[in-house]
Amino acid sequence: MFRISNLSVNYASHRVLENINASLKPGSFTALLGSNGTGKSTLLKAMAGLIPAKGSFYHSDHGELTPQKRGDLVAYMPQDAGATSSLTVIEVILLGRLRSLGMRVPECLQIEASESLASFGLKSLENRTLDEISGGQRQLVYLAQSLFRNPSILLLDEPTAALDLRHQLLVLDRVANHCHRNDTVAMAAMHDISLAAKHADRLICLSQGNIVADGVPEDVLTEPLIRELYGVEADIIKGTNGTLHITPLRAV
Amino acid sequence: MTIEASTYKEVITEPSAYTKMINRRLFWLFLSLGLLLTLTLTDILVGPAFLNVFDVLDALMMARENTDPTVYVIVHSIRLPMTLMALIVGASLGIAGVQMQTILGNPLASPYTLGFSAAAGFGAALTIVFGIQLPYLPEFTVPVAAFLMACLACGLVYGFAHLRGVTAEIMILAGIATLFLFQSLQSLVQYMASPEVLQEIVFWLFGSMLKATWFSVSVSAGILLIAVIVLARNSWKLTALRLGDERARSLGVNVQHLRIKIFFVVSLLTAGAVAFVGTIGFIGLVAPHIARMLVGEDHRILMPLAGLMGALLMVGASIVSKLISPGYVVPIGIVTAVIGVPFLFSLILMRKKSHW
Repeated sequence: MFRISNLSVNYASHRVLENINASLKPGSFTALLGSNGTGKSTLLKAMAGLIPAKGSFYHSDHGELTPQKRGDLVAYMPQDAGATSSLTVIEVILLGRLRSLGMRVPECLQIEASESLASFGLKSLENRTLDEISGGQRQLVYLAQSLFRNPSILLLDEPTAALDLRHQLLVLDRVANHCHRNDTVAMAAMHDISLAAKHADRLICLSQGNIVADGVPEDVLTEPLIRELYGVEADIIKGTNGTLHITPLRAV
Repeated sequence: MTIEASTYKEVITEPSAYTKMINRRLFWLFLSLGLLLTLTLTDILVGPAFLNVFDVLDALMMARENTDPTVYVIVHSIRLPMTLMALIVGASLGIAGVQMQTILGNPLASPYTLGFSAAAGFGAALTIVFGIQLPYLPEFTVPVAAFLMACLACGLVYGFAHLRGVTAEIMILAGIATLFLFQSLQSLVQYMASPEVLQEIVFWLFGSMLKATWFSVSVSAGILLIAVIVLARNSWKLTALRLGDERARSLGVNVQHLRIKIFFVVSLLTAGAVAFVGTIGFIGLVAPHIARMLVGEDHRILMPLAGLMGALLMVGASIVSKLISPGYVVPIGIVTAVIGVPFLFSLILMRKKSHW
C-alpha cells in the first residue's frame, strides 16, 4: 500500500494542493482527472519528490518515503514529449537504469533495453536520435523508459497526449497489465475521461487543489460531477461490455 | 579437436546494434588519438631550428647519450613543454566547453562566453600594469593572478545563481554579465597602461605557448587529470541531463548539485588552462560541437573526444603558428579560429543530422 497523508503544495503564496489524502493499492491503476490547472501535474511531481511539498508518504514495503527514497522507487514521466535531444532511443531507455550503468553497459542490460523497445514496436528506431522521430514515438520511448525502470510507483503525466487512437489503447493496456503483473502502484493524469474509465481501476478527481471524488469509474462518473469538474454538459452511456462512454455536449 | 562449422556459428553471436554503435564511436576516438600523436610529433619537429625526425625520436625516448646535445635541449627544454602545453590546454578547453554546454543546456556556452577567460585576462593585465610581483616567486605572478581572477569570476556567477536559483538561464545571464564586466575592466587597465606595458598585455591576451614551462605543464596536467576523473564518474548523469532538467531529476539525478559540482570543476579546468598561456577563446566553443557531431551525446565517449578535438585544434594551430612566418611564432590564440572555423563549417555541411 502506498499512502499519501496531508499533502499540500504552495507555489509562492498560491496554494495549489490542499490536504490531499489517498491510499493506492499495489497492482492498481488510478487515473487522475480534473480540468487544466487543478493540480494534477503538481500532485504527480510532489509524489515523485520533484517539488517541495508538505505531508508524508508511506509504502508498506519501504516504510516512510523521503524525497530521496522516492527518487529510487518512483518512475515519473513528465508531460512534455516534445523535448528533443540528440540522444539515441536505446540510450534513453538505458538511462532508465541510471544507477546500474557504469563505464561498460552489461550485455544483459542492452538486451533487456532492446526487448523493452521491441515490446512497444520501436526496435527499428533503436539507433535513431530523439530529434529524428515523431512526438508520438518520443512519448512511447519515454513510456518504455519508465517501465524499463521497473518501479514500485509509476507516475505518468498525460501519457497518451501525443498518441494516435490505436497507440492510446495499446499504451494504457500495457500500463494496466504492467502494474497488475508487477504489483506496481500506477497513477496517470488524463484528459480523456472515456479512456480513463475504460482502463483505470480507480478515478481520483481534483478540483481547485482538492479531491472531490474518488472511487471506481462506475461510482464516480456522474453528469453533475463532470459539470463540476470541467464545466460541460455530457452524456454518459454504458456500453455493452460495461465500459462508460462520455460524450461532451456543450460548455456550461 | 576441430569445431564443426554449425557449432562455430552458434558460439559466435552477432554484436547488438548498441554495441555496433559504440564501436563506431570508439573508432572516432582512436582515429583522433592516432591523429593527435602524429600532429604532436610534427609540432615538436617544426620550428626555427631544423630537426631530424630520428634525432627527435631519440631525444623523446630519453636516449641522451645517443642524441646531439643541442637537439636534446631544444626538444626537452623548448619544444616538448610547448607542445604538451598546447595539448593539455586544448584538451582542458574542449572538455570544459562540452561540460559547460551540457550543464547550461546551451550550444553557445563556453569558458570564454561566460567570462572566465576575460577575468583571467584582467588578472594578468592588472599585475602587468601595476608591476605587482609575488615574493620569492615573481615569475608566477601573472599566472596566479589570472587563475585567481578566473576563480573569482566563477564565484561571481555561482553567487548570483545561488541567490536567484541554480538554473541554466540564471547562470548564463550571470556569466554574460561577468564577461562584460571583466572585458570593461580589462579595457580600463589597458587604457591606463603605457604603450610598452600595453604591448605586453596584448601579447599575453593573444595566448602563446612560449610561456610554457615544465612547471606550468605539470600544474595544468594535474588539474586536467583530476577534472577528468570527476567528470568520468558523472558521465551517465551528464548524459541524462541532455534530456532536460525535469527528466534528469525524474531519473534520480540531483540536477542542482550536479550543476554546481561540474561548474566548479570546469572553472578550475579553465583557470588552470588559461592562466599560463593567455586567452584562447575558440577551442572551448567549437571542439565540443565537432565531437558531438561525430559521436553523439554519450558522455563516456563525448567527453574524451571533445578533449581530443580541443587538443588536435590546439596542436594543429601551434604547427600553423610556426609555419606562417619562418623564424617567428605567431601567437596561437590568433591561429586557433583560423584553423577551426573551416573544419567546423565543413563538418556542418557534411552532416545532415542536427546535433544540438
